[in-house]
Amino acid sequence: MTERPLSAVPIPILALLTLALVLQIYWGLRTPLPQAKAQALPPPPNHEVIAVASFGESIVASQSMALYLQAFDNQPGISIPFQNLDYATVIQWLDRMLELDSRAQYPLLMATHLYTQVPDPARQKQMLEFTYRHFFAAPDLRWQWLAHAAIVAKHRLHDLPLALKYSRAIARHANGPGVPHWAQQMPIFILQEMGETESAKILLGGLLANNTLDDPHEIRFLTERLKEMETGIVEKSPPLSKMQQD
Amino acid sequence: MSRAIFTIAYFTFLEAARARLVRLLLLVVLTAFAGGLFLNEIAIADSQRIQTAFLAASLRPASVFMLSLFIISSLAREFNEKGLELILSLDLPRTSYVIGKQLGFMGIALLLTSAVSLLLAAYAPAGQVLLWGLSLLGELWIMAALSLFCLLTFSQIVPAMSLVLGFYLLSRSMTAIQMIGHAPINETGTVQLYMVHALDAIALLLPRLDAFTQTAWLVNNSGSWAQLGPIALQTLIYLALLLAGALFDISRRNL
Repeated sequence: MTERPLSAVPIPILALLTLALVLQIYWGLRTPLPQAKAQALPPPPNHEVIAVASFGESIVASQSMALYLQAFDNQPGISIPFQNLDYATVIQWLDRMLELDSRAQYPLLMATHLYTQVPDPARQKQMLEFTYRHFFAAPDLRWQWLAHAAIVAKHRLHDLPLALKYSRAIARHANGPGVPHWAQQMPIFILQEMGETESAKILLGGLLANNTLDDPHEIRFLTERLKEMETGIVEKSPPLSKMQQD
Repeated sequence: MSRAIFTIAYFTFLEAARARLVRLLLLVVLTAFAGGLFLNEIAIADSQRIQTAFLAASLRPASVFMLSLFIISSLAREFNEKGLELILSLDLPRTSYVIGKQLGFMGIALLLTSAVSLLLAAYAPAGQVLLWGLSLLGELWIMAALSLFCLLTFSQIVPAMSLVLGFYLLSRSMTAIQMIGHAPINETGTVQLYMVHALDAIALLLPRLDAFTQTAWLVNNSGSWAQLGPIALQTLIYLALLLAGALFDISRRNL
């Protein structure tokens, strides 16, 4: 279908079109963009709402909540520092995610790696305690997050008793085949760092005596370490992060 | 001429009733009402707030969808059945046809808004519902004019409906997109800078529908009549623009 020429359009219509276009652009130019306002993190939705919204797909719901929470600090036009987040509400969200998917690692990763980056020891401890609280539900699955919590407690918070508490929990409860020996040896080096050499010696001696270690290099290293402790040569333990690399 | 315009408008409105739009409207309103009741039952706190927000947030786009779909399908049928040719073969200016149709669609929008607002009046303060309803009316008038313009331009249902829905989604989210563009998380490169300018230019041509018909007015009682002024002005400007576009298109159409 061919179109009629432009001259077929009545002039009042062309005038109205031009005027309306100019007015729309003028209106758009004089209307400023609204200022970005940070929205407070709302409490997580309750179970019933989640069940309806996710059509009973609780694992997908947990994952969606994790992504929502992760992206929450980047709202349109504004980036909220972690310090401005209400950590009690953040923990409610993390709790709800683990309730929906008990095998999820994401909430524990967020707690130990993401939300502990805040420069506020009280908030960091909230996240570490969250990890500790949930560790006991599946120690063999969640030991790595508590191990990281122990590292944060030792190196960032310089709270050795707290690091010892976490590392002891790993040593006592995470005994599955997938848990490496270094994770179970953590309390020994923290005790040594704390000056509790006698306790460290007892633990290390016990570890060597019960034949749980099978790597000859590891056995040699720990035996030498025990000897050094007994002779009083070693005063400082290797950093936990280095142990992880080993 | 004005008599012809009102006759076209009247028959357009009448067609809506005959096309069972009223029944569809009742069905949508009842479904939303049932959904709201369900949420009210399962919510532990803020149940009425949740119900009102759900109703407002679901009925607003549902009204836009129903109206646009009706307009586009009704006009497409008229084009296919050569109804437009028949009307224009009479001693009737093309302008009257477009204005008459638009007036009829605006009447249907008024019907939709009244039904939705009446339901919401049971849950929110009357003044706020009135403000919300008037704003929805402006939004629906713009969408009606856009649907008319799109079908006159494309003459087919699928491209016209796709453009209408895309336009609606973009108009409602453009402010957020602009705010993200103006405050990037990472470093800004030249390409991104051009994209931000391009977004700003597109935004100038769109109505800011995110400022229209806000659910917060109903649940927080936060709407003020001062907000209606800019909404009314934006509606008028955009209606004029779309109507002029539709008139421009029909004037160039070779029948």
